Amino acid sequence: MKSVAEILKEIRPEFDFTASSDFIADGMLDSFDMVTLVSALDKNFGISIPGTDIVPENFQNLQTIDALLRKCGAQP
Amino acid sequence: MNFTFHRKRITGMLVVLPENERSFSEEMKNFNFPEARSLKLKEVMGFDKRRVVEPGVCVSDLAVFGLQHLFEAGLLKREDIDALLLITQTPDHFVPPTSNIIQGRLGLKQDMLCLDISQACAGFVLGLMQAFMLLEQESIKKVVLINADVLSRKASPKDRNIYPLIGDAASIAIVERDPQDSTIHASLKMDGARAGALTIPAGGLRQPSSMETAILEDVGDNNLRAKDHLFMDGAAIFNFVQTEVPPMIEGLLAHAGVAKDGVDYFLCHQPNRFMLQKLAEKMKVPYEKMPNNVVEHFGNNSGVSIPTVIAYNLATRLLQENVRVCLAGFGAGLTWSAMLLNLGSLSFNAIIEYK
Repeated sequence: MKSVAEILKEIRPEFDFTASSDFIADGMLDSFDMVTLVSALDKNFGISIPGTDIVPENFQNLQTIDALLRKCGAQP
Repeated sequence: MNFTFHRKRITGMLVVLPENERSFSEEMKNFNFPEARSLKLKEVMGFDKRRVVEPGVCVSDLAVFGLQHLFEAGLLKREDIDALLLITQTPDHFVPPTSNIIQGRLGLKQDMLCLDISQACAGFVLGLMQAFMLLEQESIKKVVLINADVLSRKASPKDRNIYPLIGDAASIAIVERDPQDSTIHASLKMDGARAGALTIPAGGLRQPSSMETAILEDVGDNNLRAKDHLFMDGAAIFNFVQTEVPPMIEGLLAHAGVAKDGVDYFLCHQPNRFMLQKLAEKMKVPYEKMPNNVVEHFGNNSGVSIPTVIAYNLATRLLQENVRVCLAGFGAGLTWSAMLLNLGSLSFNAIIEYK
């Protein structure tokens, strides 16, 4: 199983996601990247992130993504 | 708002697709994105092939082509059409109504009603509702409902958020009274406060098209778009659909007293594969009962997408059988709509190519 940081690196290899606290404001993830990320997270962790949770606030940084995954029943 | 209709049915459906096919793989180079990112998007969203009109082709061209096909095949008689409803966001002109243009080009009778309605992705359900209401008039026995859009002509080729998903098409549904005692339930909601989430800012009288509105601007996310082009706030629309559509469908089923398992298919507007998969998951409906394969073959063709998903997935089956379906459309306005009805025993249900 891949880590969230590894999945993010596959989507946007040009960025260091451990160095940012706001991926959206820093221009590291756009709305289409969020869709790609959700699809990858669903497959990797065997979960289904609800469509209503696909909002920028949940993808701001590694901590908010971690919280979302736990809410959806994953153990990141 | 809930609606109930009695003794009405769809008796035939035809979808007209331009023969001109575009491929996402070939168009990727037009966007300011690394190929790897676009390929990931292709896999998740289902972007692949789509059908678009050649320059200069208008909504009336697709509609006239489809109706002529039905006349020549003996599936529809000119003189039987009592009302022609056209649902479109891309009329041929501001004035006159495009439905009148279609009537004139086909030499239809004068003793009939032609009506344009400005609606988009929710327009098939809304059009059916209008057709059912017209059929309450004794003088109207057969309504031709046309959904048609050529939105590719209003999409920026440099906007990856819009351009790779847009398809053009027209559909023709024949709507008549049902001799059997059938009941159709529908639900409709609108929210004009969010109208700006899906809009073409310029080209109307509020902001007429000019040299300035045709200038491509960097709108962020590496996309270039002019004010004359179609704009969609993708994140807002995604959230709107996931939030508003499931409760509408559940409310409609409760109103009709029908369990979710009692519906054979949930036939939704086709924005992209990912959005429909998430909708199915949220509603706990198996993917196979909510087909999502229109975008990958034909693109998102606005109000024609529900007829397309019907014709593509249930073409021959609906000629012999009847199935209970829940239709759901959602888009510009914002507008969202759903309808529960029996569909089948159609006299035709096919896709043809506009040449």
